[in-house]
Amino acid sequence: MSHPPHKDYDGAKLGMWLFLFTELLLFGGMFLLYAVYLKRYPHEFAAGGKQLNWIMGSANTVILLTSSLCVAMSVTAIQRDEPRRAVALVAGTIICAAGFMTVKYFEWSAKIGHGIYPGSAHLKAGAPGESVFFSLYYMTTGIHGLHVLIGGALLGWIASRVNTGTVNAREFILLENGALYWHLVDLIWIFIFPLYYLVL
Amino acid sequence: MAASELDTRVRRGGFWSDTNRTGIASWIFSTDHKRIGLLYFYSTFGFFLVGVLLGLLLRIELMAPGRTIMGPQTYNALFTVHGVVMIFLFIIPGFQGSFGNLVMPIQIGARDVSFPRLNLFSWWIYMIGAVIVLTSLFTGGGPPDTGWTFYVPFSARTGTNVSLAVLGVFIIGFSSILTGLNFVTTIHRLRAAGMGWMRVPLFTWSLYATAWIQILATPILAITLVLVAAERMLGTGLFDPVQGGDPIMFQHLFWIYSHPAVYIMILPAMGVISDIIPVFSRKPIFGYKMIVFSTLAIAAAGSLVWGHHMFTSGMSDTAVLVFSFLTFIVAIPSAIKVFNWVTTLYKGSISLEAPMLFALSFILLFSIGGLSGLILGAAATDVHVHDTHFVVGHFHYVMFGGTGFAFFAAMHYWLPKFYGRRYAEKPALVGWALMFTGFNLMYFTMQVLGMKGMPRRYYDYLPEFATLNLVATVGSWILVTGLIIMLVNLFRGLWWGEPFAGNPWGGATLEWSTPTPPPTENFVEEPVVTHGPYDYKGSGIP
Repeated sequence: MSHPPHKDYDGAKLGMWLFLFTELLLFGGMFLLYAVYLKRYPHEFAAGGKQLNWIMGSANTVILLTSSLCVAMSVTAIQRDEPRRAVALVAGTIICAAGFMTVKYFEWSAKIGHGIYPGSAHLKAGAPGESVFFSLYYMTTGIHGLHVLIGGALLGWIASRVNTGTVNAREFILLENGALYWHLVDLIWIFIFPLYYLVL
Repeated sequence: MAASELDTRVRRGGFWSDTNRTGIASWIFSTDHKRIGLLYFYSTFGFFLVGVLLGLLLRIELMAPGRTIMGPQTYNALFTVHGVVMIFLFIIPGFQGSFGNLVMPIQIGARDVSFPRLNLFSWWIYMIGAVIVLTSLFTGGGPPDTGWTFYVPFSARTGTNVSLAVLGVFIIGFSSILTGLNFVTTIHRLRAAGMGWMRVPLFTWSLYATAWIQILATPILAITLVLVAAERMLGTGLFDPVQGGDPIMFQHLFWIYSHPAVYIMILPAMGVISDIIPVFSRKPIFGYKMIVFSTLAIAAAGSLVWGHHMFTSGMSDTAVLVFSFLTFIVAIPSAIKVFNWVTTLYKGSISLEAPMLFALSFILLFSIGGLSGLILGAAATDVHVHDTHFVVGHFHYVMFGGTGFAFFAAMHYWLPKFYGRRYAEKPALVGWALMFTGFNLMYFTMQVLGMKGMPRRYYDYLPEFATLNLVATVGSWILVTGLIIMLVNLFRGLWWGEPFAGNPWGGATLEWSTPTPPPTENFVEEPVVTHGPYDYKGSGIP
């Protein structure tokens, strides 16, 4: 190659933002279903929402907000050329992600223990709207949980690049984009939490 | 074999010889947008030929009433696979992947796209998705028989291999999204010095609008397909009335993507036509700004008309009226384009070479398709012809007569640029004439059949439709004969034909200012743009 490798940080960030739009729209499809079915089954949705554990939901909200704070601070740390602190903060984010998934695990197991899961006999016996509510709940939080796992793995990989120095004070676009992705995961939860746990 | 391959590379020069990898690795691991473009071209076009073969079989089955060569289940599977292959494996990735990759970075004066590795990754995901779709045909409960639209409740219940096919399409959707965001970023960030937005060639503009649709619409398809898979595997019941779900919601979600997706298919075709018509009329394009505006308007308005696929689904009358009205609005920017192309031709010095013939037939065929679309867009008439062969005829006029013919135009216009050799003109004309005749014979007859009431997606029909069906099938044979002549001539020419160098068509866009074939980084010196893309005087072309 006769030219030096092309670096365009603004371009890289633009690309990431476009990708985040696609994620929003992916969840948008499920929020759309939520809106339509809420209008059709307001009582069943309210009954379903009361069965969700708002304490666990709130705990997870706090955990995710903390994790977002950590990853934002880690971007600042790498800009100030403090890679060790940056890695520690990303590790904090990943620990939060693990905490989130643990809470989710207990939440889901409790529900499944009560016979509440898609296609279960309990839901089939109940009002149709209740089954819709819980199917949507499982699909939305399940796909969100998948994003938490992917985001956590992504940040773990980026942290190892910070460790080796490939991501450093001059070239931190990878960490910045990873952080953007994590904020998105957080942001989507900020919508899921009130819709399922609080407003109903 | 290796010697002859080396020979070809040395002889062609440009990006063909400028690589330190050899054999297939120089292609499937290359991040050069031109090599990726050719990868996409051959893979998507290969699937196109598979789709053609399946379509031909469908027509043979319909040649006479009753069972001709296959039973109903095979017929259901064949029209489903024909649709899935043509739509998800050819026409959606086709233009962006092949000519978008080949031409767009050069048209804006860039060395490559913004994310070359992501670009290669897109092709790989596309291939993985395609392999999964093909696997679904031969495994499990047999090929899907739902039609390419995967409508519930049938798709949730059928024993055929819908889950795997849906997974394949989901993965291909990822590839589409990544190409879209790559192209938007590239067109924003990598335009050469002097290329303001109003100097961007119209093909690139069309890719830009298309890329936005890919970014904004594809995720909705992704989540819809996930929900269908969950319906099948987990019994979520979100679309199952017994459990409180609503099948109409599936149709809404599906068409929120799949209607904009037809603009993913047609917009790049319109861009190609906007680039070819002025070149072969020796005149600047008429109404450049209006074409740009109409491209963006189609992308925007086209996202709001999905409901016109559902006039008979039982949704509310208000929704029917609103969607019908919005559908008519999309006709306006489409008509603006047609008028601008025709006005560009007016008093031009027209030369009827192969790319121009395909471009001109695009205008005619797309207009027929577009106008028949208005019959379907008007709620009252749609109820009459819904789910008849009229719809099939309309769709193929727009997609095959439109996008397909534009794809052929692009093949004749741009492929010689990348191969350094060209096809012979006379066989190209013969191939075009046969295709044009066969096409109209086949699809116009189908529209007439639909008006007479022949439903679609049936392997059998009433005896009164027999004559016209025979005519349509004969048309399909003429069409395929023309296609074969065109392809043999084109590819023979690309390998052994007359040398093609410089700027024989006389185009003023940047791709005609680079050596033929272009070097790996496209330009010998970084270009500075001093004139518009259709300013032939400014670029010194007689």
